[in-house]
Amino acid sequence: MTQPQTMFAKIWQRHLICEDSDGRSLLHVSRHFAHDGSWHAFSFLQARGLTVRHPDQLFTTPDHGVSTHSHHIEDIHDADQLRVVKGLDANAKKYGFTVFGLNDPRQGIIHVVGPEQGLTQPGLLIVCGDSHTSTHGALGALSFGIGASEVCHVLATQSIWQRKPKTMRVNIEGELSEGVSAKDVILALIEKIGANGAAGHVIEYMGSTIESMSMEARLTLCNMSIEAGARAGLIAPDETTYLYLKGKPYSPAGTDWDLAQAYWQSLPSDEGAQFDTEVSFNATDLSPRVTWGNSPEESLPISKCVPSAKDYPAQQQESIQATLEYMGLKSGEPLEHVPIDIVFIGSCTNGRIEDLRAAAAVAKRGHAVVPAIVVPGSSLVKSQAEKEGLDQVFIKAGFQWRESGCSMCVGMNGDLVPSGQRCASTTNRNFRGRQGPGSRTHLMSPAMAAAAALTGHLTDVRKILNGEPA
Amino acid sequence: MTPFQTLQGIAAPLDQPNADTDQIAPARFLRRPRQEGYSQFLFHDLRFDEKGGEKAEFVLNRPDFKSAQILIVNRNFGGGSSREQAVWCLVDSGIRCVIGSTFGDIFYNNSINHGLLLIKQDENVCKHLRDQLHASPGASLSIDLPNQSFTGPDGHRYTFSIEESRKKRLLDGLDEIGLTFKYETQMRAFETNFRQKHPWLFRVS
Repeated sequence: MTQPQTMFAKIWQRHLICEDSDGRSLLHVSRHFAHDGSWHAFSFLQARGLTVRHPDQLFTTPDHGVSTHSHHIEDIHDADQLRVVKGLDANAKKYGFTVFGLNDPRQGIIHVVGPEQGLTQPGLLIVCGDSHTSTHGALGALSFGIGASEVCHVLATQSIWQRKPKTMRVNIEGELSEGVSAKDVILALIEKIGANGAAGHVIEYMGSTIESMSMEARLTLCNMSIEAGARAGLIAPDETTYLYLKGKPYSPAGTDWDLAQAYWQSLPSDEGAQFDTEVSFNATDLSPRVTWGNSPEESLPISKCVPSAKDYPAQQQESIQATLEYMGLKSGEPLEHVPIDIVFIGSCTNGRIEDLRAAAAVAKRGHAVVPAIVVPGSSLVKSQAEKEGLDQVFIKAGFQWRESGCSMCVGMNGDLVPSGQRCASTTNRNFRGRQGPGSRTHLMSPAMAAAAALTGHLTDVRKILNGEPA
Repeated sequence: MTPFQTLQGIAAPLDQPNADTDQIAPARFLRRPRQEGYSQFLFHDLRFDEKGGEKAEFVLNRPDFKSAQILIVNRNFGGGSSREQAVWCLVDSGIRCVIGSTFGDIFYNNSINHGLLLIKQDENVCKHLRDQLHASPGASLSIDLPNQSFTGPDGHRYTFSIEESRKKRLLDGLDEIGLTFKYETQMRAFETNFRQKHPWLFRVS
């Protein structure tokens, strides 16, 4: 009898070309995603006189540098961003790969577009020059972010050298209570294991909480695997996955579907498969969370107070104090008293249709008292939301309704949080200056961000959902 | 890529944990052409105030550490974004080696493509080294890659482990793509087989 295998090991084996004498593996990249920021890698490729080896395995869309005010190319005012957005189109023509361009209805954040188009499928090995490539693991694809030189390597060779990572099983059980979402689950996990707690590992998420999650919630969960330091996050394909994929533009159809599904059904980890690390927790008691610090590991339930440096081991006190100073927070102050200057709803973490529905369900209960910006994760998410009338809900509630892109999550397109201001954000990183120099970021779910917009301070969304006045 | 053999250089202590790649290389500078150089962006928002003046207290602005070639860092250095520009900022500023307890995985992989040596040591060793550098600013470390060792400011010798392939690439300044093309026969055979096994991925729509 063969040794029980993890899903990770099966996908790895399926893509293994060969190993070198140092134990590194050369892996075939079954699908390669790229965006406007991959421009440097194309420059390297050209400088070296190389070409794209398999343009039919490369799919791209501009996202980081695009304006969210309009998708007219002239509305990209920064010369550097304009050059790379135009460069993606030029490279697509030159090398013959697919681009969902600025004016294509399928444009969007690459990590929203891949699943939405059915390009992301179980059992594939996907790389992209962006750390949030871990998102695609929600469909059971082994997916990870790489740097520009590695992107150039993949363009030239359709392969990548990797040392086999370790595996971590994260087992999450229990039903989420009202107002609690996948975002709260992943923030709780990162708090538990630390921002580098899964370094060197590929996480496989399992358990009843995961099984009952929608695909969109799973995408949020896997998206932030990188914030726990993981190489990738994976979820085994199941009926939810198949229902999601059926009928997507690039999903297999007809007899191809049966062929593909036979492979997909072979993927889940075998009974008794061994993982290097095991983590488990119960999600039943989770509450909506917010981050208070500058690392995604620094989050608390919304009912708690700002921590004090004294609560931490001596070695950490200095850096915790520096964090509280940067964030302008007073130890002991209830988190719900912390005022907010601006709200951002969007990103590859929380810019999908279910996220917008959750935010709109809160927004319709009041009116924004601070600037609040909604940026759909893709142009198709935007048009779907408009079909459902969500745009009107947001606009009536005083939120701004924008074009899709990475926007204020990475602050490369001019959408910035002004220095010293505090943002309630559905994004993935609360790093110092991430949303602009001097910006202060609190990460939370879309419903929680919408609640903060209505009250002007960090707010337990459950109170608004239960009818307390905003 | 500049080969790395041995290095004797000034080391600077960077005390903050979780120095992510957003801080090493802020987002708004990332689209500049590579050949224009990235040294001016290294830790930009920690190094400069809003008017562009140097913040005197930042370690790399202090006269004793300005010409540092080695950084001793705190845990989880280079986590977060996959931006390789973080490595470009460091190497363009003359930093050739970073010693720390844990590094972001993608940053770790990126470093090798630009000849930046990352050395892993226990956090208590790193703390001890940072304390020594604070006590004697401008002190040097001496690094010997062939022998996988380095000597601290107090003369204590430490050893470190490094994967054979990383070591070889650093010593020789070797380029990865050139090496990979040596596997052309295996790659081609694999690809043919892969396309046959997954025809649905390759139908022209």
